[in-house]
Amino acid sequence: MKSTDFDYICPSSLEEVIQILDQYQGEVKIISGGQSLMPILNYRLASPQLLVDLQGVADLNKVSISSEGTTLGARVRWVDIENHDGLRVSQPLLCAAIDHVAHYQIRNRGSVGGSLVHADPAAEMPGLAVALEGILNLHGPQGVRRVHAADFFLGQLSTSIETNEILVSIELPFWPQDRRWGFAEFSRRKGDFALAGAAVWFDLASDGHAMNVHIGLIGTGEKPMRLLSAESGLNGRTLTESMIESVVHQSLSAMSFQGDIHASEKYRRALMLEMVSKAFAQAMRPIN
Amino acid sequence: MQVKMTVNGKLFESDLAPRINLADCLRHEMDLTGTHVACEHGVCGACTVLVNGDAVRSCLMLAVQANGQSVVTVEGLSSDAELSALQASFRKHNALQCGFCTPGFITTAHALLTQEPNCDEDRIREVLSGNLCRCTGYVPIVQAVLDARVAYQQMGVK
Amino acid sequence: MAQPILKPVERQSKNVGSPKERIEDLRFLRGKGIYVDDVKKQDVLHVSILRSPIAHGLIKNIQTDEAKKLSGVVAILTAKDIIDRCGSVPLIPIRLHHNPILDSYKQPVIANEKVRFVGEAIALVVAKTPAIAEDAMGLIELDIESLEVASDIETALKNEVKLFSDPKGNSPLTYRSKKGNAQLVFDNAAYTRKEKFVIQRISAMTMETRGVLAEWKAESQELFVFGAAKVPFWNRAALAQMLNLDKNSVQLIENDVGGSFGARGEFYTEDFLIPFIAKTLGVTVKWIEDRLEHLTSMNQARDCDAEVEIACDREGRILGFRGHMHYDLGAYPRTNGLVAPRNITQFLTGPYKVDNVDLSCDIVFTNKTPSGTLRAPGRFESNFFCERLLELAAKDLGLDPVEIRRKNVLTPKDMPFPFPTISPSLIEHTADTECDSGDYRETLERCVKDFKWQELQHLQGQLVDGVYHGLGLSCFIEGGSAGPRENAKLRLEKDGLITFSVGSTSVGQGVETVLTQIAADELDLDMTQIVMLHGSTTLLNEGWGSYHSRSTVMGGSAVTNATDLFKEEIRVRASAVLRCDPSQIHVSAGVASSSQGGSVTWNELVSSSPIEVMGTFASHHHTYAYGCAAAHVSVDPKTGRIKVLDYLVVEDVGRAINPLTVHGQLVGGTVQGMSGTLLEHIVHDEQGQLLTGSLADYLIATATDFPSIRAVVLEQYPSPLNPLGAKGAGEGGTICVGGAIGNAVANALSSLNIEPTTLPLSPLRVWEMIHET
Repeated sequence: MKSTDFDYICPSSLEEVIQILDQYQGEVKIISGGQSLMPILNYRLASPQLLVDLQGVADLNKVSISSEGTTLGARVRWVDIENHDGLRVSQPLLCAAIDHVAHYQIRNRGSVGGSLVHADPAAEMPGLAVALEGILNLHGPQGVRRVHAADFFLGQLSTSIETNEILVSIELPFWPQDRRWGFAEFSRRKGDFALAGAAVWFDLASDGHAMNVHIGLIGTGEKPMRLLSAESGLNGRTLTESMIESVVHQSLSAMSFQGDIHASEKYRRALMLEMVSKAFAQAMRPIN
Repeated sequence: MQVKMTVNGKLFESDLAPRINLADCLRHEMDLTGTHVACEHGVCGACTVLVNGDAVRSCLMLAVQANGQSVVTVEGLSSDAELSALQASFRKHNALQCGFCTPGFITTAHALLTQEPNCDEDRIREVLSGNLCRCTGYVPIVQAVLDARVAYQQMGVK
Repeated sequence: MAQPILKPVERQSKNVGSPKERIEDLRFLRGKGIYVDDVKKQDVLHVSILRSPIAHGLIKNIQTDEAKKLSGVVAILTAKDIIDRCGSVPLIPIRLHHNPILDSYKQPVIANEKVRFVGEAIALVVAKTPAIAEDAMGLIELDIESLEVASDIETALKNEVKLFSDPKGNSPLTYRSKKGNAQLVFDNAAYTRKEKFVIQRISAMTMETRGVLAEWKAESQELFVFGAAKVPFWNRAALAQMLNLDKNSVQLIENDVGGSFGARGEFYTEDFLIPFIAKTLGVTVKWIEDRLEHLTSMNQARDCDAEVEIACDREGRILGFRGHMHYDLGAYPRTNGLVAPRNITQFLTGPYKVDNVDLSCDIVFTNKTPSGTLRAPGRFESNFFCERLLELAAKDLGLDPVEIRRKNVLTPKDMPFPFPTISPSLIEHTADTECDSGDYRETLERCVKDFKWQELQHLQGQLVDGVYHGLGLSCFIEGGSAGPRENAKLRLEKDGLITFSVGSTSVGQGVETVLTQIAADELDLDMTQIVMLHGSTTLLNEGWGSYHSRSTVMGGSAVTNATDLFKEEIRVRASAVLRCDPSQIHVSAGVASSSQGGSVTWNELVSSSPIEVMGTFASHHHTYAYGCAAAHVSVDPKTGRIKVLDYLVVEDVGRAINPLTVHGQLVGGTVQGMSGTLLEHIVHDEQGQLLTGSLADYLIATATDFPSIRAVVLEQYPSPLNPLGAKGAGEGGTICVGGAIGNAVANALSSLNIEPTTLPLSPLRVWEMIHET
């Protein structure tokens, strides 16, 4: 399982990276942490002519937190998120979800940007990007293109990034401290990809009604998505466990799910319902 | 491509094809065969080495990516004179049988105990879940790492 | 009828019975183990193997011109090259339970005109680096005419798709075990119950993949092959024969081995192909299996189904078993594919006193990776069938699960207890076997007590905090110490170094340490004064190896025979020096002393010539370790997830030479069994394509999956069959897991009337059992 031959370059600026991408027109792959790309290369599922290593480009791994929101550089690693005290406060749902990603060694290398561009439908980060309504900053020869997460993911392992663009960062909206949130994921073993996962959040109005309900689904099989019909079914209402289950059940029944050796369509749907319910149960616990 | 890295404290320089991964480089260019290759797709952890102190899967890293970095393998954590505290704990608890996964467990456990000498059993199991063992059933490995904490605590590291 | 060979002699036990830390660990922990890919040779070329992308087809053409032009490619070989050199494509012999019925089913060392499974070797690329060899593989054009695929037992049995031209079709052989009169018993029994069971296909998934390094020394016309394991002597003979070389010109060298579990070390196609390339091209050449190859071409196992019936009296005493089974062997019988179907048929009654048996098992060939033995072959499967049926019987008869087992397990008054005769059995002494010694109630009682079985009964079948709790039991036997023989050479050199060379091989089980413990005690030496070499054919003329949990008993007993012969020789030499009768000489700890006075050191006695003796131990009788396991599981009805909350296995091994390593075998075997019961599944689609081609899909247990495993080793009933009193004990932990977990899950879900009969018990399957039936 040795990869095909390729050239390698380690540019020291973003401009240089973009220039190379533009020049090679798709025969090039960006390598950041390599945790998703290297297995693909070793299985010879891709044979790029050139690998462009981002480790020489400065400032792609910054975490900035402000009253506008949180920006994660594309090269921010899972271990960086795990160890960032500020993020636990500014983006608690993100942190809770990222705790589930992969394993110790992978977390030292795997990156936010790598996961987003790889777009595995069972991965946590793409699901979070959609659930949190992140904005992805894509830099290309024409400048910066800001793409909403919902428009970025097109399908399994497929995004709207152009061959001459590089993902530089993702912006997550400001997160109020009294926001309710929950995350639940079901995987065969710890660190495995999710068979089903849910990232849920909402705000509570003073009359106890839920507003801004967001239900992000991971592991549907195709791409990360929000359960929009359930969201509108729950918005403006005082949430109860049975109401949630009933609304979500109805929405999920109208969707199709991918079946594979680990989960049939029916089972995946049942798991999804269970994960959404658990995430809501977590969200509805009083804040300490 | 010219590659220069520090491995177990020694400088290594060579001209390498970019596609050679760090595991194969250590094993075949540097004769450090303690790092084992068992899956080449980042699941089993047998190839774990330390890069700048972080445990990483060397099969998922290109040798050229280690340019300018400091790499420590199981050989770098060993002395001929005597077993380290971690190694002695593994031996005491019979935490290895065929030995093929062992270097990966040693490097991973060393990284963990260096960073978190007070880690509990749940954390140990969580971290070690990224290393596969087919022989021991993990029970003695976890016991060995638990017992080895004392030595790392005494070192006063972090 | 088992005759005691030797009474275990009371010996000064300084090392035997002691939890000695392993010698092997000193190099393994430092990364200084030498596995086959670590062996250093000059000018090594690398081989990549082009394997069939389809499961069944006729090879029309293999176009290698483009591939050959690639810089760094040295040669590309196919069946044609082998036929040119050897006259025909050699077939891999059947090592165990060979039957001439299967002669036309044997695996060719390379696909010749036909491919029968995805992963079958078609062409060999020899190049300067493994990467270049793989590049060249991508340039080879294969023209294979697709044939219909028989990817499962049901399809294969129809014989519409035939893998072989032999008129016997895809199921040429049936094993049968008979005892007493099952027909009569079933006709008259107060209670009978019949169930269907299915067990999934799994892979050995050794951490070290396979590898072969072959070196042809033209000057001496000798072939050296590295990477040997398990049964190197047999493999050497097979290889020599295929290459038309004298046995003594072929040496198989055993280095460190990264796990076998029965799968590594059998003779595979590569064990011919790589040496063939070395000899043909006159080069040193290496092939290291990658993980994808491993998942398609390393022996797989377990894939079987059964419809079995139990008959009991009203009090729950088992009167008989009968039924029919099918074992899917994949595309070829391999060297030892027959072991599992044979075992499943002969050993289904396990640890229970059952006098009437009529069981049969068809072997079935399908277009999948060939199968061989995997830890507890046929024993894991049959334990599942037996234990599930017994649990159902207990339920139906209103009996306590402990009580029904208590009534039926073997006790000393039953010993020796014969298993049913298995047929066909062309080698007479292999048709029958019997449990040698023990009180199987003891391990049951000990397990129940230590597990706090009675105290936990209030949880049985209860829904607590959203999950169902269940407790299950499984009693088991573990057959070990397969014959026929093992050899151990002992040599004392002038320099005083005592070196043993034994035919036992390492599979990671600590054979070096265990045998050294035995030798050290026999000679009253320190373990550090002894060198224990093993496995390589350079060490001995004849050896057997490690399989069927035999290396401690067979190798260890050969070691004691060697030390006995050595001491005799010392006595003879010393008697000349000390001028007394050899019977008056006491030999111990490097010294020979006369009861008449005077002593001489061993070193002095070998100053003119070394001592070399050949110890041996022969036995056709298997030992039977036995035990019981208890499991406490929770089942989440919403997700189907099973959690093993607690698990205890108790095994009586007769005598534990090294309690540390024996305990390690029990725990390791248990987790491997858990992995095989709940996680692992080699899945092929209808076209015989492997769907689980990576470790992201083929799931094995990790450190977080089964944290609560406990094991207890007992030594209440030594075996009367060998001087050590030991019983083979490498597989017991695995054997009982399916039964214990299956029963626990059944009990957890008893309020839902769900009875698991199919493995693996994945969350998907459990969920479907709950929600879709």
